[in-house]
Amino acid sequence: MSAGLLRICTAGSVDDGKSTLIGRLLYDSRAVYEDQLHSIERASKNRSAGPIDFSLFTDGLRAEREQGITIDVAYRYFATARRKFILADTPGHEQYTRNMATGASTADVAILLVDARHGVRPQSRRHAQIARLLGIKDYVVAVNKMDLVDFDRSVFDTIVDEFDQILAGARLHPIPLSALHGDNVIAHSERTPWFTGKPLLEFLESVTVDRDVTSFPFRFPVQLVLRPTHEFRGYAGQVLSGTVTKGEPVTVWPSGRTTRVKQIVTFDGELDVARPGQSVTLTLEDEIDISRGDMITAGPVNVSQHFRADVVWMDERPLDPSRVYVVKHTTRAVTAELDRALQLNQIGSVNVTTARPVMIDAYAENRGTGSFIIIDPATNFTAGAGMIAEVLPEVDGRQVGGSSAAERIARLARAASTEQEAIEAVRQALEKLLS
Amino acid sequence: MSIAALANRSTPDRTGHGTVAPSDDHLSALEAEGIHIMREVVAEFERPVLLFSGGKDSIVMLRLAEKAFHPGRIPFPLMHVDTGHNFPEVMEYRDRRVAELGARLVVASVEEAIAQGLVVDPTGPRASRNQIQTVPLLHAIQQHKFDAVFGGARRDEEKARAKERVFSFRDEFGQWDPKNQRPELWSLFNGRHRKGQHIRVFPLSNWTETDIWQYIARERLDLPSIYYAHERDVFRRDGMVMAVTPVTQPQPDEPVVRMVVRYRTVGDMTCTAAVESSADTVEKIIEEVATSRITERGATRADDRASEAAMEDRKREGYF
Repeated sequence: MSAGLLRICTAGSVDDGKSTLIGRLLYDSRAVYEDQLHSIERASKNRSAGPIDFSLFTDGLRAEREQGITIDVAYRYFATARRKFILADTPGHEQYTRNMATGASTADVAILLVDARHGVRPQSRRHAQIARLLGIKDYVVAVNKMDLVDFDRSVFDTIVDEFDQILAGARLHPIPLSALHGDNVIAHSERTPWFTGKPLLEFLESVTVDRDVTSFPFRFPVQLVLRPTHEFRGYAGQVLSGTVTKGEPVTVWPSGRTTRVKQIVTFDGELDVARPGQSVTLTLEDEIDISRGDMITAGPVNVSQHFRADVVWMDERPLDPSRVYVVKHTTRAVTAELDRALQLNQIGSVNVTTARPVMIDAYAENRGTGSFIIIDPATNFTAGAGMIAEVLPEVDGRQVGGSSAAERIARLARAASTEQEAIEAVRQALEKLLS
Repeated sequence: MSIAALANRSTPDRTGHGTVAPSDDHLSALEAEGIHIMREVVAEFERPVLLFSGGKDSIVMLRLAEKAFHPGRIPFPLMHVDTGHNFPEVMEYRDRRVAELGARLVVASVEEAIAQGLVVDPTGPRASRNQIQTVPLLHAIQQHKFDAVFGGARRDEEKARAKERVFSFRDEFGQWDPKNQRPELWSLFNGRHRKGQHIRVFPLSNWTETDIWQYIARERLDLPSIYYAHERDVFRRDGMVMAVTPVTQPQPDEPVVRMVVRYRTVGDMTCTAAVESSADTVEKIIEEVATSRITERGATRADDRASEAAMEDRKREGYF
């Protein structure tokens, strides 16, 4: 019986033996092909890492091979009889931390590799923190090169204790390993009689991950409006969380208008229910002004221009609080200000103010509506990644761009069901604003 | 440690890769991801184009495009980089499929590029136009002002491709800088670029060869006939099985034999080899792919054999 796809990312400092471990996993699950093996044997001759250098399986770029380091994430796809895996092999080098974040953002499990002789180094600590921020709940603490410390249990315990503190509250799965000799990689090692847990591959095959967001509130960011004929107007997108049923009432934000789902259209026929992850096209009962970046929802929604987020900065140009950036959240791109400076690879808690409202949830509650990227409009580089921690109370109307009060009033007017109600709502809002 | 020693350490009960048939859920998730990517591009770019070679990956990509914009039509043209050395079965398929969809086809022609003096036609018994395809490709992108180019490349194919983003930035010269790629978190893609730059987009990044074939079976997709086992006059060169064609002629020391073969990848005739195979149905091909011990490009592509970083070098210059 298959346990479903598992997405793994690996992290560790340079020379912790990460590539050797991955090479062994791939080799033992027979995900390495003969032609790859021959090409690696050929390439290994020019290098000093022994008769076969496993890092050459994943370090695919010329610069990586020259320098013997991993610069960017390599994605590997393999399967055992029990499970399919996507493995993101991420760089250990501090300079390339942003690429580690790329690999970790979609992972279910992180393998944190540590050299038993060196213990937890600053880079391991940083990787653990980033993985934690990105919401990974299961961690393999892979204490490697145990053969070089005579499989000393106290060395292992000290490292595990340290990770217990760094990752308080997460699920840790410590394993003493020798990737080179294969101890506890695919089979129990006789050299660690004191270790009663599962060997690495068995753990990865059996770990259950909870990615299911079916019971969450329905969130459907509109990607684009499809109007192939005058009769058809559909809103195309991918369900981020929750489900929606034909005929169910939904609310469209930021306008706040409510209507019902008329059809759930796909190439393969209409559906009665759309579930998380499905790419579908919705048609609605009422004609409402909806465009890309709007969100079709059910349940309570935070429509906000002001929130606090944990931000990982990934650009050599530091975050400058006096500049404006572009925040891309779901399918919506908005101009934004961030209130503190961050350097490359720095992580910090930042208050974000956006020029137009965004429909957000806390990242811990909903990854899809809790995450965003920060783009530098001067370079177009993806300069940062953010995870929303909390919605902040609305500050007064005069925010970035100065359009939010007007937008809020317009929203109130649109949300009203009669003209009389609209006039009253606008009157009250104006009074409040001017008083 | 030697390979043999490692092999001996494997547990005997470990069965081969690909023994797990991808569940329908898995294929549906890959499909939904591909559709999401295509819709992002159409929403954010002005002039996208889809590279369509008539190969299996671009055929799957085309099906995703049909699904993404249903009930509407595919809202972008297709482009074929034509070396003039294509398998006739593939050209026939290309034209038939384009007509069925009522799509617009842009042909970036290597012949024309040679006639215009943009590139020099390689000569000699082993000449291949594979390398020079990049020039007409970039020329067409520039000429038609395409700002997003869909490619069917998969990360499992090749080690340089394993490093590439879904949205992959190209500078004014169409070049890829693998050392300075934009971080790409979750499924939030950054397609921003300046005039003259473009983004290569790979909706099949997370698909494996097995996924492609399973999907072809599920969707009952029609393919060019050369993917299925057939008889053909071939000769062996550098351990690869090459068809006898007007552009791939055997040398005196390369005897011609009649064999039952199929193509695992489809590219230019001069650099694409066949594999010995009797798999003449999708089901048999899925079985064959699951048990193969050689990667598809390793088995069939002379172009990747040039050097350790042959693909990376071509990609840097703007190759697909």
